[in-house]
Amino acid sequence: MSHAHTHDDHDHGIGHITPVSLLLGVFALLMVFTVLTVAVTYVDLGPANIWIALGVAVAKAGLVALYFMHLRYDSPFNGLILVSAFLFLAIFIGISLMDTGEYQQNIHTPATVRPAAVGG
Amino acid sequence: MSVIHDPVKAGIHGGQAPGGTNYINNSKGILSWLLTVDHKRIGLMYMVCVLGAFLLGGSFAIMLRTMLFIRAASETPISEGAQNMYNQAFTLHGAILVFMFIIPAVPAILGNMVLPLMLGAKDVAFPRLNLLSWYCWVGGAIFFMFVLINGGLDTGWTFYTPYSSSTTTAATTATMGAFILGFSSILTGLNFIATIHMLRPPGMGWFQMPLFLWALYATSVIQVLATPVLAITLLLLMAERILHVGIFDPALGGDPVLFQHFFWFYSHPAVYIMVLPAMGIISELMSTFCRRHIFGYSFIAFSSVAIALLGFLVWGHHMFTSGQSAMTNAVFSLITFSVAIPSAIKVFNWLATMYKGSIWLATPMLYALAFIWLFTIGGLTGVFLGALSLDIMAHDTYFVVAHFHYVMVGSMLTAFIGGMYYWWPKMFGKMYSEPVAKVAWFLIFFGFNLTFFIQFIAGSKGMPRRYADFVPEYAIYHEISTIGSYVLASGLFLVLFNWIHSLKYGRKAPQNPWGANTLEWHTSSPPPTENFVEDPPVSEPYVLGAWEYDASIEGFVHNKEKAAKLAQMSHH
Amino acid sequence: MSSEHGHDNHPPHLAHHFETPKQQFESGKLGMWVFLATEILMFGGLFCAYSIYRGNHQDVFLYGYGALNKYWGATNTVVLLASSLTMAWGVRAAQKGQQKLLLAMLIATFMGGVGFMCIKTIEYKAKWDHGLFPGTMNAFYYKNGAPAYPDKIEHAIAYIDAHNTGGHAPAHGGEHLADAHAEAPAHDEHAAPEAASEASEAHAETAEGHTAVIIPAAFGAPADVSLIPHPAVTTETGLLDTAIDNAGVTVLPHAGHTQRVWASLSPEEQGKVHIFFAIYFLMTGLHGLHVLIGMAVILWLIIKAAKGTFGKEYFTPVDIGGLYWHLVDLIWIFLFPLLYLIH
Repeated sequence: MSHAHTHDDHDHGIGHITPVSLLLGVFALLMVFTVLTVAVTYVDLGPANIWIALGVAVAKAGLVALYFMHLRYDSPFNGLILVSAFLFLAIFIGISLMDTGEYQQNIHTPATVRPAAVGG
Repeated sequence: MSVIHDPVKAGIHGGQAPGGTNYINNSKGILSWLLTVDHKRIGLMYMVCVLGAFLLGGSFAIMLRTMLFIRAASETPISEGAQNMYNQAFTLHGAILVFMFIIPAVPAILGNMVLPLMLGAKDVAFPRLNLLSWYCWVGGAIFFMFVLINGGLDTGWTFYTPYSSSTTTAATTATMGAFILGFSSILTGLNFIATIHMLRPPGMGWFQMPLFLWALYATSVIQVLATPVLAITLLLLMAERILHVGIFDPALGGDPVLFQHFFWFYSHPAVYIMVLPAMGIISELMSTFCRRHIFGYSFIAFSSVAIALLGFLVWGHHMFTSGQSAMTNAVFSLITFSVAIPSAIKVFNWLATMYKGSIWLATPMLYALAFIWLFTIGGLTGVFLGALSLDIMAHDTYFVVAHFHYVMVGSMLTAFIGGMYYWWPKMFGKMYSEPVAKVAWFLIFFGFNLTFFIQFIAGSKGMPRRYADFVPEYAIYHEISTIGSYVLASGLFLVLFNWIHSLKYGRKAPQNPWGANTLEWHTSSPPPTENFVEDPPVSEPYVLGAWEYDASIEGFVHNKEKAAKLAQMSHH
Repeated sequence: MSSEHGHDNHPPHLAHHFETPKQQFESGKLGMWVFLATEILMFGGLFCAYSIYRGNHQDVFLYGYGALNKYWGATNTVVLLASSLTMAWGVRAAQKGQQKLLLAMLIATFMGGVGFMCIKTIEYKAKWDHGLFPGTMNAFYYKNGAPAYPDKIEHAIAYIDAHNTGGHAPAHGGEHLADAHAEAPAHDEHAAPEAASEASEAHAETAEGHTAVIIPAAFGAPADVSLIPHPAVTTETGLLDTAIDNAGVTVLPHAGHTQRVWASLSPEEQGKVHIFFAIYFLMTGLHGLHVLIGMAVILWLIIKAAKGTFGKEYFTPVDIGGLYWHLVDLIWIFLFPLLYLIH
């Protein structure tokens, strides 16, 4: 898949060269997000706080990955690797979280044996 | 599609390097091995070490079966000391064979050996990383050897908390060993993914790849995505033992079931690390020894990927009786059944390949047939166990033991041995003794079924696993099983004898003894260090018609004109 | 990694692919991305442990995070992001063959790593001083449902409670509040939700500007903490004296999400506070280890760059070393809000 394209590319050297203005712009945006995420902790939005914090983190991570790590200009497969890593992580965390949440009540209240079940 | 190079140099000497040197004899001295970056030499070093681990882990199996036999034959309950010894024996049997043998066996030995050859490439994408992965294996093995002489291990290979966080045996050392072995596995997987992506020759698209490579690719994806979770699990376990962080230990407020989630998120996909490459071998053997194109190429290819992905969604079926919530149990049970679909697709396609094929019962094919038998039994009992209601009864009985040995030993080991026989002439340039190999095959097949089929019965009658002691009603099952294990062991020793014997006394192997068309058969046996002296002709891997049997060399010769014709036919 | 291939003596079909710098570059990059995926999943295990303890024991996290300093965390975020900028700039310099700029950028990146680790050390030192190291070194270490260090825990409780109630509470403020709360007769479960709904309307500003709720202690535990009645912690653990009378008023933060005092935790949750610190140290510790590894990689790049190894045609190590450094940054981007900005 990948090597088939390598000869067709109009090659100005290897890899994409990111302009300084773009690098600085991304950095400035990252700073804005950092201030935002700290500032938002002073406002109580209930459960929304954590989701905003995570949303900002995802946006920051996206900026770093797309521009600092060149994913935007890279082979899409590299992006797929990153996305699938997060996807499998989500499966892992999601199911474990669901299960532990489900059985948490069993830890608080010891199971009771119903005599009827024994007697049949 | 296919690229035909230099039709003049046809025949068996097409890949011979000048002066007759090959990758084994072109340089000498221990350092030329320890510092090699040649994938074939690394494969051989893996072979020696991993087979050594197999011998060790197998010895523990014989030891524990013997202890059970002695208990079955005697009247008195066994002593506490002997019980502790038994706990150690089954733990080390499992841990050594899982981490040091089954997981690396096919990818690290046969994968390293033939993956670049099948791509017509000179080496894997990162040769030095490949060597590093071997050193990681050795590093992990050293830790396990240290465990053997220093306290042993009695947690079971699963390291379940809270016992593993409190046992006085060398669990920390063993954990560290498994952690390092994990890196070996990750590096191999990473290397294979990059190699398959970047080093396929012109003319070989994804769907002209041999199915073994599809299987290795799917395996590598699991190795890369699941093994890091094992790494962190083991680190947390070490932190639990050394610092007492309390994440898994209920006495400290932790959650032991969480450990099982962590552990099985790796270890269930790891089951497919073990069996997927074995299935890849079977696909190669089926086509070659039925002398026809593999049936349902893309179904087999995609089912490998499907198994790899579904494998990540079923880990909870190991936890049906561990306190996992009822809802999660139901979800995992349901998804577990779905794994049967791609597995069955493979089996049906292999059977369809055999249908109307001219089946050649050479030793590798006998192993492939054994695989289909044993995998079907192992797989179907897996479906039984996926059913919640049955699993509650059968969990932690010999039924489960029999089930996973049918998959891990019956399937994976037979495919591995079959693959070793198949590529042995390529690896060493020597033919093994066919009659001896057939006798050994019979001993293994018969011994295996004698050992493990009886365990289904013992388990269904309630014999719990991992028990050193049992009531007399179970004695007969244990006696039969132990006798079977001796037969199995004798068969395995005969295999080993045959291989070693062939190195010295074996007939010189032709370039292509089987008439297969994957690229490794287009170079000499054994191959030169650079793998190919000239570019191998890339064509459909399962179109075998261009290879003609030559009785004088007891091997196949490539007919370039026929190959060109076949290539044209596949174009139009 | 694959850079050692000789350029002579290669089969021609490889020469078209692996032998071109571009092919080699892309292989190295692909390998690195796969490696980064393994790193993400390895850290993922810790994020999973975090999610599960936070999801099931939210109050433990709301309580424990009080020991962390969000300004140091934010500063470190800025430091690491800046070092990511210099790294990306360094890659650009290498691509353009600007040797001196590359060297400067790599050194700046390395210094960013040094700065990050210095700040981390300051933070760890503060934890060490208050007995908040992981495992058995933690003042909150509980075994079998009871604190293992009754003498150390009191100090740690006072330290965190003071933080959680505004940071500048009087010397015994923490205990003060905790006791008043613990004394509350929380046995009437039916009264509790009522009390909370009343309380949530009664907002007040604390001296530090935090919105707070005044709950008459007599009404018992605020409903948002837990529906499990709070036993009298003081008598159970014997840690805190009951000598304080604050006119029957407990000051708790607004809407109950941000701040917790020790006594507002159920006994079960109190036993899990040390796990919060374990997770904090494991996550930041493993991340710190990766920073150190990244610094070693950058140091190696600095040495090679100083020798003039890299140029327009060959900069693969700079690029993939940079990818690793950015990943370390990427993980911190998630660690920072999850650990320091719990709300």
